[in-house]
Amino acid sequence: MKRVVLLLTIVLFSGISAYSQVSEIFKNSQVHGSFEFDGAYYMPDNTVGITDSMINGKNFAFNGFGNITYSLGNFSAGFRYEAYLPPLAGFDPRLEGQGFPYLWATYATEKFSFTVGNFYEQFGNGLTFRTYQEWMLGYDNSLNGARVTYEPVKGLLFKGVYGMQRFFWTPYTKNSRGIVKGFDAELDFNQVFNSMSNSKLKLVLGGSFVSNYQADLDPLYNLPRDVGNMAGRMTLGYGKFNITTEYAYKINDPSAINNYIYKVGDALMLSASYSTKGFGFYGMFKRYDNMSYKSNRAVTANALDISFLPPNTETHTYMLTSMYPYNTQPNGEIGYQLQLNYKVPKKSKLGGKYGMGLAINYSQVNDIVRNAVNVPGTDTTAVGASGTLGWTSPFFKFGERIFWQDFNIEIDKKFSKKLKGTYTYMYQSYDIATLEGHTGEPIVYSNIGVIDMTYKFTSNHALRWELQGLWTKEDKGDWAAILLEYTISPHWFVSITDQYNYGNPEEEKRINYYTGSFGYTHETTRISVTYGRQREGIVCVGGVCRAVPASSGFYVTISSNF
Amino acid sequence: MKNLIIFTLVLFLGTALYSQEESQKNELPSVNIKTLDGQSYNTQDISNDGKPILISFWALWCKPCKKEMDAYNENYDEWQEETGVKIYAVSIDDARSTAKVLPFVSGKAWEMEILLDPNGDFKRAMNVNMIPHTFLLDGNGNIVYQHTSYYEGLEEEIYEMVRKVAAGEEITDH
Repeated sequence: MKRVVLLLTIVLFSGISAYSQVSEIFKNSQVHGSFEFDGAYYMPDNTVGITDSMINGKNFAFNGFGNITYSLGNFSAGFRYEAYLPPLAGFDPRLEGQGFPYLWATYATEKFSFTVGNFYEQFGNGLTFRTYQEWMLGYDNSLNGARVTYEPVKGLLFKGVYGMQRFFWTPYTKNSRGIVKGFDAELDFNQVFNSMSNSKLKLVLGGSFVSNYQADLDPLYNLPRDVGNMAGRMTLGYGKFNITTEYAYKINDPSAINNYIYKVGDALMLSASYSTKGFGFYGMFKRYDNMSYKSNRAVTANALDISFLPPNTETHTYMLTSMYPYNTQPNGEIGYQLQLNYKVPKKSKLGGKYGMGLAINYSQVNDIVRNAVNVPGTDTTAVGASGTLGWTSPFFKFGERIFWQDFNIEIDKKFSKKLKGTYTYMYQSYDIATLEGHTGEPIVYSNIGVIDMTYKFTSNHALRWELQGLWTKEDKGDWAAILLEYTISPHWFVSITDQYNYGNPEEEKRINYYTGSFGYTHETTRISVTYGRQREGIVCVGGVCRAVPASSGFYVTISSNF
Repeated sequence: MKNLIIFTLVLFLGTALYSQEESQKNELPSVNIKTLDGQSYNTQDISNDGKPILISFWALWCKPCKKEMDAYNENYDEWQEETGVKIYAVSIDDARSTAKVLPFVSGKAWEMEILLDPNGDFKRAMNVNMIPHTFLLDGNGNIVYQHTSYYEGLEEEIYEMVRKVAAGEEITDH
């Protein structure tokens, strides 16, 4: 039977293929795609403690994907093929395998769209719902089901979603995880109401409701089968001022993350900014209380998140400024961030001939305050004990424990047509016990400095070099780092880096982590090869982090699209 | 059975891909993203009265992207005068920092059109793997050139392409 169907399909499509030479339909079709291959060849390296037996014959590992999108008028469809054979070090081992985790088709008109298969969607800031894919993390929580959007008039948009989330390669079988349903509405006053179309006041309101159904198979607890999470949001602009805010409220949702407490959760994000040419100021406040929201309450890994809890800290990217990155604490955190961006004008005393850029940023995140809720008849219930109401918490009060503090200042200056530089200073305090689970370790206080210079020899030849230092008495002690990178636009780059842990309290761990890389880019095709030693660290995107073990060897990345 | 469906799909798309050779159509997809005011914006509204358009994907956390934008901004007045080119800078920053984009851009005094793609919908529809990634569109809205990554001086290469498109010349492989 299968063979017949196969044969039939081939005949059918050969026919279509021949016909398509003259077919208008195919002339209006568009096919696009992209692929990426990230491979590694791991080698033993006694200095960082990697032995042959640890590699265990798995010297070669790669992550790869190929993505194809087809569109014809109102119709589009696509798929992504992924392979992890086996996954690169630091990626979830459950990714091992290959297949088509992302298959979809959409029919969309001006007012209406309908999608079946896997899809990515976000309601507001994502506090109730966000599905997305992040290749660098090996993260994909796409919903497999259906989505409808309807925009009856420009500026009024309704969305509905239904489905089950991707969980590595686990089939979408009954009770393997929850069924997620969601609804979102957004009203843009300036687009909907003619009287406001030219108003200086810009107003967008939105609201969402999401529910997760998961059967209660727990032998001990009586768990809620439907967990609802709802949110309201607003974006308000008036001239140079902008305010965005969102508040979310989740019903009790006992889970492995919150130690099975029956507490409701809530979240508030509020940010305000003032912007004028050459000057920007930004301030934000955020509080999360028991807001982990997954479609399987037993899962603790980076998977099956229905919502997204953005962190409120600056994203750092230099080798040493990113050594201690922040990740969101879903069980409770309260914090704020302030940022100032200023362009010192050209021809001023400080600005010189080309002007000067200045950015100052401060962020702090504390624990929330948690007070015990006693089980009736007792007076010694522990805060957050399983099966209890967990805790109560005064909303605006900062807890004593400081998870994170980051003060950083960055200056960028162009000295001449050939020479420019960026200078960064950063002070950081990092609660490594909470943020990395290193129980009992003291808070890491560090000072970090980075000098980043670029010299242009000709219009397309340039040398960039970085000098970096990180000074701390805690954790692994002091670090120095250097980078040299030579580029020939638009095709070539070659670089060497070294990170030296010269201040490690344990002398045998004063290791040099060196790499050498080169790469070639032609339009959208990019190939890069790196040889060297990767230090143990954390890769974070959007406040979601994964730990990367130390490794040694060759690394290759090939990426392209069409 | 599942393999068969996949096989059919691949065959179908292969066929379509083959026929693609025949057509020169390479237009922008229709995706709803946001303006800096938080208003909904459809990517098919990207236009420039028959003159060339650059669309560049960037993010606050991407240093080479910001360098590329700085380089565009420095030359923007001159480029516009000569070719009428319009630049759209699409930030893929997620909810962590979408609200920071406006004050940042103001602080930089960038003149380009800024759009927000907080969940990567436009990025995905354009098959962008890594940023920075820049697209050049001709006066008819067809994508005629793309480049990923930024090296010092790339803006001159890009501008050379813009100039060709503005003059109605064919972009050839080089």
